[in-house]
Amino acid sequence: MVKIGVLGLQGAIREHVRSIEATGAEAAVIKQKEELADIDGLILPGGESTTMRRLIDKYDFFDALVDFGQAGKPIFGTCAGLILLANEIVGQETAHLGLMDIKVERNAFGRQRESFEAELAVKGVADNFEAVFIRAPDIEAVGSEVEVLAEYDGRIVAAQQGHYLCSAFHPELTDDHRLTEYFVKMVEK
Amino acid sequence: MSKVGTDRVKRGMAEMQKGGVIMDVVNAEQAKIAEEAGAVAVMALERVPSDIRAAGGVARMADPTIVEEVMGAVSIPVMAKARIGHIVEARVLEAMGVDYIDESEVLTPADEVYHLNKREYTVPFVCGCRNLGEAARRIGEGTSMLRTKGEPGTGNIVEAVRHIREVNAQVRKLVNMNEDEIMTYAKELGAPYEVLLGIKENGRLPVVNFAAGGVATPADAALMMQLGADGVFVGSGIFKSDNPAKFARAIVEATTHYEDYELIAKVSKDLGTAMKGIEISNIAPADRMQDRGW
Repeated sequence: MVKIGVLGLQGAIREHVRSIEATGAEAAVIKQKEELADIDGLILPGGESTTMRRLIDKYDFFDALVDFGQAGKPIFGTCAGLILLANEIVGQETAHLGLMDIKVERNAFGRQRESFEAELAVKGVADNFEAVFIRAPDIEAVGSEVEVLAEYDGRIVAAQQGHYLCSAFHPELTDDHRLTEYFVKMVEK
Repeated sequence: MSKVGTDRVKRGMAEMQKGGVIMDVVNAEQAKIAEEAGAVAVMALERVPSDIRAAGGVARMADPTIVEEVMGAVSIPVMAKARIGHIVEARVLEAMGVDYIDESEVLTPADEVYHLNKREYTVPFVCGCRNLGEAARRIGEGTSMLRTKGEPGTGNIVEAVRHIREVNAQVRKLVNMNEDEIMTYAKELGAPYEVLLGIKENGRLPVVNFAAGGVATPADAALMMQLGADGVFVGSGIFKSDNPAKFARAIVEATTHYEDYELIAKVSKDLGTAMKGIEISNIAPADRMQDRGW
């Protein structure tokens, strides 16, 4: 059985743990960088990306996370996690982890009152995935190595680049665990 | 087909704030300090609770200029307070695009009988509670997030501790009840039966519950997390301290690592004087904000 960590600094940690466990995999909350050594894959949860980045720096997680990804271990970023993975952020001079060749825009769908849920087709996952978007980012452009998995209203909202997966929406907020399952299978490989 | 303002979308926003600190700010400069310190959201106000307490008179929704200024200054979510039952203040804040509304006892209530019907709004709400009855009534009205009331603007954590312990003890009691006991418990608490039934089935509240009302130090924030709060609101504590930026960072760290006592010791050093604080028994009953709300 694979063991999947959820970066436990801030955000929807409990929901991801529940979703991982629902797929039959083992879940662990990662609060210290040393704990990365014990897991096979990592989820960067939704939350506030600026807050998470500050805490990543504060606890010296940055290099450890980049090394984790570059060692070939799968990482799945949802919402704020997607922003952390991107190598370009609209309107900002610097990105965060920069592990995926994607250009993202924060709060691209507007403020909270514009937040919404919709059914999406996610390639290789489902035709009718219940996606919850909360002050969500979108992916404005992708590099040649990146496969687009889902679009909403002509905008890219899920993508994969090798062992990196990301979604602008929150698969952990519903009982639809198919995207998490997809990631668990990526980790199993 | 996309749907806005669903329970999942409104409650989900609060889920994303978990483990974080929401800070009261009165201008753009403070909002930036809060964001830089790692706050997950800011609460835009005209005056922090301790100043509201000191000023007396009627406390209302902030001037929209201040709310707009704060919204323009930061990329994290912005919350604002409306008076209890003030339908128009809430609608105005919603129209301005505020991300969350606090129907707050810190302001002077506009209605002494009814709270807002929060289900009718697209914007999510947070409401205060002292016990499970209050929590369940607010959930019944459609709040998407709860917080303890504590006693705002006092810098005294005792009431917030009382409230989180009370709510969590009552949730535990409910979860262990037989289903046939729940209706009578609902009657005792003045709580909607269906909400209690849902809590029993899921084993916990259906929305997040933050600590608020009296958090003055990093240790206070960590204490509330240990007692089961999902996150922390800090009102007067930060910008009434000597070094707000440092204080704000310390509160954020203590909230994240609330069981790491060495770290809390480290971040608590040389913070300067915390806000002075008020002993609750010295507050006249009429001035106790926590008794507002029904």
